Amino acid sequence: MSDLSTLQIVWFVLIAVLWIGYLALEGFDFGVGMLLPILGRSHQKGAAGAADTEARKRVMLNTIGPVWDGNEVWVLTAGGAMFAAFPQWYATLFSGFYLALALILVALIVRGMGLDYRHKVDSDTWRKRWDLAITTGSFLAALLWGVGLTNIVYGSPIRPNPDVKGDYFFDGNLFTLLGVVPLIGGLTFVGLFLTHGAFFIALKTDGPIRQDARALGIKTGLVTAVLAVVLLLAINVRHGSLVSWIGTVVAAVALLGGIFMATKGREGWAFLGTFVCIAFAVVAYFGALFPNAMPTTLADGADLTLAAASSTPKTLTIMTWAAAVFTPIVLLYQGWTYWVFRKRISTKNIPAPVTVGK
Amino acid sequence: MDVLDLARWQFAITTVYHFLFVPITIGVTALIAIMQTFWHRTGDDHWLRLTKFFGKLFMINFALGLVTGIVQEFQFGMNWSLYSRFVGDIFGAPLAFEALLAFFLESTFLGLWIFGWDRLPKKIHLASIWLVHIGTVFSAFFILAANSFMQNPVGYTYNAQTNRAELDDFAAVLFNKVQLVTFPHVVLGAYMTAGAFVMGIALYHLRKQALDKGPDISMYRKAVRFGAIVALVASIGVLVSGDVQGKVMTEVQPMKMAAAEGLYETRSGAPFSILTIGSLDGTAARPILEVPGLLSFLGTGSFSGEIQGINDLQAADKAEFGNNPQTASASYVPVIWMTYWNFRLMMGAGFLTMLFAAMALWKTRGQGVVTSGMWKHIAIWTPLLPVLANSFGWIFTEVGRQPWLVNGLMTTETGVSTSVSATSVWISMIIYTLLYGALAVVELRLLLRYIQPGAVPVEAPKDPADRADDEPFVFAY
Repeated sequence: MSDLSTLQIVWFVLIAVLWIGYLALEGFDFGVGMLLPILGRSHQKGAAGAADTEARKRVMLNTIGPVWDGNEVWVLTAGGAMFAAFPQWYATLFSGFYLALALILVALIVRGMGLDYRHKVDSDTWRKRWDLAITTGSFLAALLWGVGLTNIVYGSPIRPNPDVKGDYFFDGNLFTLLGVVPLIGGLTFVGLFLTHGAFFIALKTDGPIRQDARALGIKTGLVTAVLAVVLLLAINVRHGSLVSWIGTVVAAVALLGGIFMATKGREGWAFLGTFVCIAFAVVAYFGALFPNAMPTTLADGADLTLAAASSTPKTLTIMTWAAAVFTPIVLLYQGWTYWVFRKRISTKNIPAPVTVGK
Repeated sequence: MDVLDLARWQFAITTVYHFLFVPITIGVTALIAIMQTFWHRTGDDHWLRLTKFFGKLFMINFALGLVTGIVQEFQFGMNWSLYSRFVGDIFGAPLAFEALLAFFLESTFLGLWIFGWDRLPKKIHLASIWLVHIGTVFSAFFILAANSFMQNPVGYTYNAQTNRAELDDFAAVLFNKVQLVTFPHVVLGAYMTAGAFVMGIALYHLRKQALDKGPDISMYRKAVRFGAIVALVASIGVLVSGDVQGKVMTEVQPMKMAAAEGLYETRSGAPFSILTIGSLDGTAARPILEVPGLLSFLGTGSFSGEIQGINDLQAADKAEFGNNPQTASASYVPVIWMTYWNFRLMMGAGFLTMLFAAMALWKTRGQGVVTSGMWKHIAIWTPLLPVLANSFGWIFTEVGRQPWLVNGLMTTETGVSTSVSATSVWISMIIYTLLYGALAVVELRLLLRYIQPGAVPVEAPKDPADRADDEPFVFAY
């Protein structure tokens, strides 16, 4: 690991930061999407209940309405940064995890279309279909990101390409990715995002849905805590480092702290808890990964190291300048957006459905 | 089909589809920003109604551009891993810049604009849509810089140790001579597309209002003229930039220029055929309607200039590139009927748009309106023609580059992914194609549904300070 340059380490850290940004932000978008059929359901019965259910769903969707698209850009930036800073990582990973990634893309497409189109036609059938798209899209994306990222860290069948100098490839298929630990990873992500989404809704809404979200987040949080501990221990046993252990401990404390704060009705702190938990879970992942980009599970394979995957110092230097100048600006205006839309939303804020055409 | 063919089909399908929505996004954000600025400056309610109306249509279109864009960011690595590893040191940076500088700006401020009508001060709300537009232009700049590297690789050196192309001069990559002509051509094409979009839809409503003696004739006339002026001015720019592009192309990719005409033998004063019947394989082509010397003019700026023919170029490429496995190819000639026809269809669609825009401007001068049935067809075709022209142009550009992935450096064949099976590509391609097809149907029906009522009267947005916390939002999901 001593043959890594400072620039390479900087970019490894920056890519971790981009993934933190993506998972901690889009994580609650996924959570909201998955919780739509659960937290959306009204306590009232009959026609009033149906109307209230629809209003609650719209309250939920409007908590993420102005921001989800900006949140999603974090993953495009993470992908672009991996391509630019560690091209061999981008090449090996994206071609290797091909079908899993294709399914993630499909999930993101149908979810995004659902968010954008659901409110555009005043019809129950129309809404029901897009609800399904949003919920299954969010669930599938959360699950598969968990499976995929865990596979990167836990190891996959990587070997050097005998035909192309410098190339490494993934010697497996979709089923290679479905090991026990990666599957636990997938479920943990789902649980974490459910909790994160529930606390976000609790923080951003008012009325009965706020209490329901808080109570649900506490339950899903406790289940997730068990899964997360198993997952992170499994990863640390195989690839543990000081950083990954610290990340694990902080993530666990943050999650439990967040759940505790939720029981006290402190929604802001609860949300901060899951936010920090996700961030440090990523720290644990990247800490375990270092100094590899993709460790191999094959006896006759070879790890794809960051050093082997990296771009030239020249490219990394240019990228560093761009990141140093523009990342703070992005954080500033994206943060400001959350400030603009800071007020809690209740069913009273929901206008009548749009009626256009027949 | 083998993995290579499948990967090529997949890239073609997903990219052409994605680019149906992109120019509208780039161009319409500018037009909406201008309309909103007019409203802001003049207080004329018509411009507010038009802003909101085209804003809704834009959002229906944008949704698809957005979700299909994610596929674009990832599919280089997915289907073209050897390409990605080979050029990543150069090609990756513009993509990362695009996400960091453009996508964040675009998506964050679009959220603010859509949801911010009653929650942002008027000026900041207006600034938001301008920033969205600036984001789209940045995006075009970076992705076109990346594409221009594939057409004309510059600013790199080959490192035998790492077996890849490595960055030498980033400024050279960003200001590649191909990029300097492609960027204006594409962005002006986007304005032309957007102008035609606004003009066509407004024309449809203008005719309806004129026939029904409706109250909004003057509003739609404004919109028609605004769209037509943008389309006309932009299309002149497209024409000029395209002309310069032809000369750069003749210099850096002479084979593509020869393929645009199906010119087999090198000659001076090469003609340009408007149409040809018969095969274009160099044996039986029978041009009908030929303009003498025009191809030479397009390529060199002189009607008597020399244009290299396919046969000479093929022989030269064979000698230069035939011995290296990464550049060896049985043929260095693109599929001629594709380049020939796409080139002409692109230009034809562009010229027709110009003609319709000029006709609409002439017809609506003074208090003029349109009523005849012909105008209904023009209203329908005007928004579609530039969209088609954009696709034809890109198909020409990319097919014309073949067999190269990176011109003179790497063939398409050698860039495909190492570990992806044909089955995997089949599965993903079937899923994407069915999904994209279904979404296109939904999108079009939604668009038509929203076009029907037109730019209905709207309430003036409230000042955020006057808004109560439990008041319903002006816009909500």
